[in-house]
Amino acid sequence: MDWEESKASIYSKTSKDVERAIAANHRTLEDFKALISPAAAPYLEQLASVSQQLTLQRFGKVIQLYIPLYLSNECNNICTYCGFSYDNKVKRKTLSGIEIMQEVQHLKQMGYDHVLLVTGEANHTVHVDYLKKALELIRPHFAHVSMEVQPLDLLDYKELVPYGLHTVLVYQETYQREAYQIHHPKGKKSNFVYRLETPDRLGQAGIHKMGLGVLIGLEDWRTDSFFTAVHLDYLEKKYWQSKYSLSFPRLRPFSGGLEPKVEMSDRELVQLICAYRLWNQEAELSISTRESEVFRNNIIKLGITSMSAGSKTNPGGYTVEQESLEQFEISDERSPKVIAEIISAQGYEPVWKDWDQHLM
Amino acid sequence: MLQIGDKFFGSRLFTGTGKFSSAELMEEALIASGSELVTVALRRVQLDGSEQDDLLGRLSAPQFNLLPNTSGVRNAKEAVFAAQMAREALETNWIKLEIHPDPKYLMPDPIETLKATEELVRLGFTVLPYIHADPVLCKRLEEVGTAAVMPLGSPIGSNKGLKTIDFLEIIISQSRVPVIIDAGIGSPSDAAYAMEIGADAVLVNTAIAVSENPVQMAVAFKLAVQAGRMAYLAKLAPIVNRAAASSPLTLFLDE
Repeated sequence: MDWEESKASIYSKTSKDVERAIAANHRTLEDFKALISPAAAPYLEQLASVSQQLTLQRFGKVIQLYIPLYLSNECNNICTYCGFSYDNKVKRKTLSGIEIMQEVQHLKQMGYDHVLLVTGEANHTVHVDYLKKALELIRPHFAHVSMEVQPLDLLDYKELVPYGLHTVLVYQETYQREAYQIHHPKGKKSNFVYRLETPDRLGQAGIHKMGLGVLIGLEDWRTDSFFTAVHLDYLEKKYWQSKYSLSFPRLRPFSGGLEPKVEMSDRELVQLICAYRLWNQEAELSISTRESEVFRNNIIKLGITSMSAGSKTNPGGYTVEQESLEQFEISDERSPKVIAEIISAQGYEPVWKDWDQHLM
Repeated sequence: MLQIGDKFFGSRLFTGTGKFSSAELMEEALIASGSELVTVALRRVQLDGSEQDDLLGRLSAPQFNLLPNTSGVRNAKEAVFAAQMAREALETNWIKLEIHPDPKYLMPDPIETLKATEELVRLGFTVLPYIHADPVLCKRLEEVGTAAVMPLGSPIGSNKGLKTIDFLEIIISQSRVPVIIDAGIGSPSDAAYAMEIGADAVLVNTAIAVSENPVQMAVAFKLAVQAGRMAYLAKLAPIVNRAAASSPLTLFLDE
């Protein structure tokens, strides 16, 4: 599939295409193009209302809460947009077993039951055995464990699933191959295809849920989001027993950071979230603390299904070593308790537990 | 009264506990519905019993019988394990068996469901399996000792009503266990219709939880289920074509 062709097709969509897409019973990838196109901008209120209704029907008036737990910021990759990039000469940290447990205890006190484990890519220290050990420590304390670490081989995933690994997030960052090479000049991550095929390996390993996304700010967000949708469409049909989640992180400031090449306004992010929902009613849509307070308060009712709150993006950030190198600056610093109150005030129930380790 | 396993039910409206905007509202709506059997996803409750569980706390009214469900499992093996966990944690051997490995439409897997039902019956469970409206599967489940069957009216959560009506009628006509229509009931009229055709009960969740006023909607469903059941017992008058042929076809017999 050609990037430029897809891009041209998205930008040539008309209001007629948008109206047809909104009215359709089953929306196709062509409809999705129309919904993310500039032509759909004047229809935002309508998109939001359909998105809200479809999300209510499928998920109900609930928002799932989760928290990231950064295990390590060691990384051998150079990524132009990331605080953990190898060339960012700052002291690195990988949590020991005891430190992991200290952090876990803190997250439990915050009320969390769903945790997302995050690392950089440092295969000599944060390898499969490390992840296994971490899962062994963490699993008894959480109903749901997901992981956002370096892409692994099929056998590695197969080995980790029995340790209670339910969900793996792996973002392509950008589907524009040349741009991908520019932003990932060094390290294992520079292999575009290995990363692209990671969801296939996850599907083959029988993972329960996988998360896709691109980093918004690297390339044209509409085209990248369309490629994400195409990827998801392929995966849903092939790995039909897996669930899927989508994220739409916008590039945030970090130590030594890159200015976004492409800006995306709040209005456009709402358009994207609603477009995803109109096209796919089952995907979980997640919003992190990268976004502002006002945005997060108001996006609750528009189509998203899960949120993090009170997050730290550095290993040990909760208790062990609060000043260690962070991946990016968060925007919404409010506590999970406050966020839960805001969710309730919007007429939604904050859900802390929606899985059980005994179900695997 | 409706009997399933060793229990009797005054209300033929069974309810779900998902999708409500708060646990308080859920409790209020479920009480208003008059329901005596409420299903709860294992994944939503604390199974270790170590913490105060808000959801379970809201289901403590004496009329509520808990029906834990296995939502989230993908095969018979996982389902049997989950059912055992539920029995231990919630102290009930009732289980709503849900094996839908397809997360998109949540279509139940007939093969794994039959396998799991057989095993769970052997382990002493009262099994209520969620299934497609498949008359043969219903008979097969009956043969392995299911306590009831729960065929879908249309895809779960869709509110599309009784799209499988022709198959539901076959199932009802030949079933020897209670038939509970489980998914897709979107409005009180759908529920009344299900009861009119002879369903023993209906299970409603989304249509109540996601409505603007769940408490009022719960009452509406309660009344609809009662009305439908009454109509079924009173036997509906036949639908007739009142137009008579101008020259009766059998007139020659009288000549």
